[in-house]
Amino acid sequence: MTIPEQNAPVHTAGAAEESRPSLSALLLDPSFWADWASVVGLVGLVIVFGISQPVFLSIANLQALLLAAAILVVLSIGQTFVVATAGIDLSLAAAVMLGAIILGLVDAAGYGIFLACVLAVAATSAVGFLNGALITAGRIPDFVVTLGTLSGVTGLGLILSGGEPIMVGSTFLLRLASGSFGPFGYPVWVAISAVLVAHIALYHTRFGVHLLATGGQVESASALGIRTNRVKIAAYTISGFCAGIAALLLVARIGSAEPQINTSLLLNSVAAVVLGGVSLFGGRASILGPAIGALMLTALVNGLTLLSVSAFYQPLAVGAIVVLAALIMRYQK
Amino acid sequence: MSAVNHSPSADAILACEGLSKHFGGIRAFTDVAFQARRGEVTAVIGDNGAGKSTLIRCLVGVHVPDAGDIFFDGRLHPFANPDEARKAGIETVHQNLALIDELTVAQNLFLNREIVRRIGPLALLDRKAMKQQARAMLSRLSINMPSVSQRVRRLSGGQRQAISICRAAGSGAKLVVMDEPTAALGVQETANVEALIRRLREQAVSVILVSHNFDQVRRLSDQIWVMRAGRMVATVRSSETTGNELVALVTGAA
Repeated sequence: MTIPEQNAPVHTAGAAEESRPSLSALLLDPSFWADWASVVGLVGLVIVFGISQPVFLSIANLQALLLAAAILVVLSIGQTFVVATAGIDLSLAAAVMLGAIILGLVDAAGYGIFLACVLAVAATSAVGFLNGALITAGRIPDFVVTLGTLSGVTGLGLILSGGEPIMVGSTFLLRLASGSFGPFGYPVWVAISAVLVAHIALYHTRFGVHLLATGGQVESASALGIRTNRVKIAAYTISGFCAGIAALLLVARIGSAEPQINTSLLLNSVAAVVLGGVSLFGGRASILGPAIGALMLTALVNGLTLLSVSAFYQPLAVGAIVVLAALIMRYQK
Repeated sequence: MSAVNHSPSADAILACEGLSKHFGGIRAFTDVAFQARRGEVTAVIGDNGAGKSTLIRCLVGVHVPDAGDIFFDGRLHPFANPDEARKAGIETVHQNLALIDELTVAQNLFLNREIVRRIGPLALLDRKAMKQQARAMLSRLSINMPSVSQRVRRLSGGQRQAISICRAAGSGAKLVVMDEPTAALGVQETANVEALIRRLREQAVSVILVSHNFDQVRRLSDQIWVMRAGRMVATVRSSETTGNELVALVTGAA
């Protein structure tokens, strides 16, 4: 577990632009708008909520919003790597639950919080690796495999925990959840670091190019000697790793490991990826897009809550926005 | 019409003898001898189903032949799979071109051969170097491309073919194999690709060209090999043959 809080996100925007053609060409390109639907949506929401409920724009609320978004941002990054290979990871939220329970059990057994965190992340990464191995070696569709591990991992979590929540009273996690550095809380810095690392991995390494090639045209990629199976396994393992980080943030936030799946985390991670302009058919991805998509979904829930809209309407609003975004992208392509 | 040559000479870059391939009960080709000379454009022609593509796929390691010997650069049985063939110096321009639509021209040209610079334990892509070299590769073959940062999805069939050929030639390949490189192209694009193949030859790259366009084959190649119904039936120098003779050889009317 690392908290690289020194990593200031100064160069994020510049690095994103460098990977693309000139700015004026971009603005005339309809697929640019599809790629950045999440940004446009987020700005729109901020304007609407800012006018209708000025509290929305208060520093305190914005900080709370970012804190609430951190877990979803990290999960969306993991989902992005998988979706970029033209796959999907349905076991993501279940892996978060398993990671949380392992964290709780190891901590409760007195092995120390650091070992607990390491084992939690190792376990969720192993779930991801298993997904990738079954999909490639077993030649089973990603949807079926991750649906299977979703159920299997849920069962494993229930068996391990006996169905009971486990309190985690660690000062380290408490500091992680409530402490802050500069303007942001530690969880926000964790999310920012994850965005930076993932962005570099996707745009500035051979792995990133091979990932997009594998997702784009798998036969062409393997004809050129790219080991597409390894790339896919790596993508699912990254997804599992992100689930582990999210599990740490979740346990830190609520102070206990709950043996129940937060299904909205899974659905919202896919929604954020779609809003972020990542093609569900693979081959086309960004990290900033889904991260901002996750922010947008969190802002939507936050704003509706401030406007005193019943919580029952929130899933409806999220669903409508995601389908709308997908429709807009369909027409623009 | 001269007899089929059965001994691979020293100036052959790729040759085979007694090569046969069957798929179950279906005979793709039988007892084929063939050679491509260094620095020449060697054409393989024949009707649909004559076995051209399967022969080529055996030669570059995609299929394993049932019988016979393959020599590349003097080595017997050079490779077991296409990756080994690629490492040995045979680049294949696939019929589906093996381009990734969502990647840029430069990314496609350097796919799986990316240039990286090392910063401590990290190996980061050197995009600037790749873009520069991509421009150099394209201009060496006089390929016109508005920007190497453009996604391949936006390009025309001819431009895609040009990139695919440029990638094959740009890797320092000894032999470039092209299966029907102009089959899906318009007149102007076909002319561009033909000019590209001539430039490859001027740069002393050996080329094997599979085609059933006889005029194109006579324009481009030095040596023509003719397949009919799974057998290699003839080989002629392009300069010494006529379109009518080729038609006769391919159809078996001679």
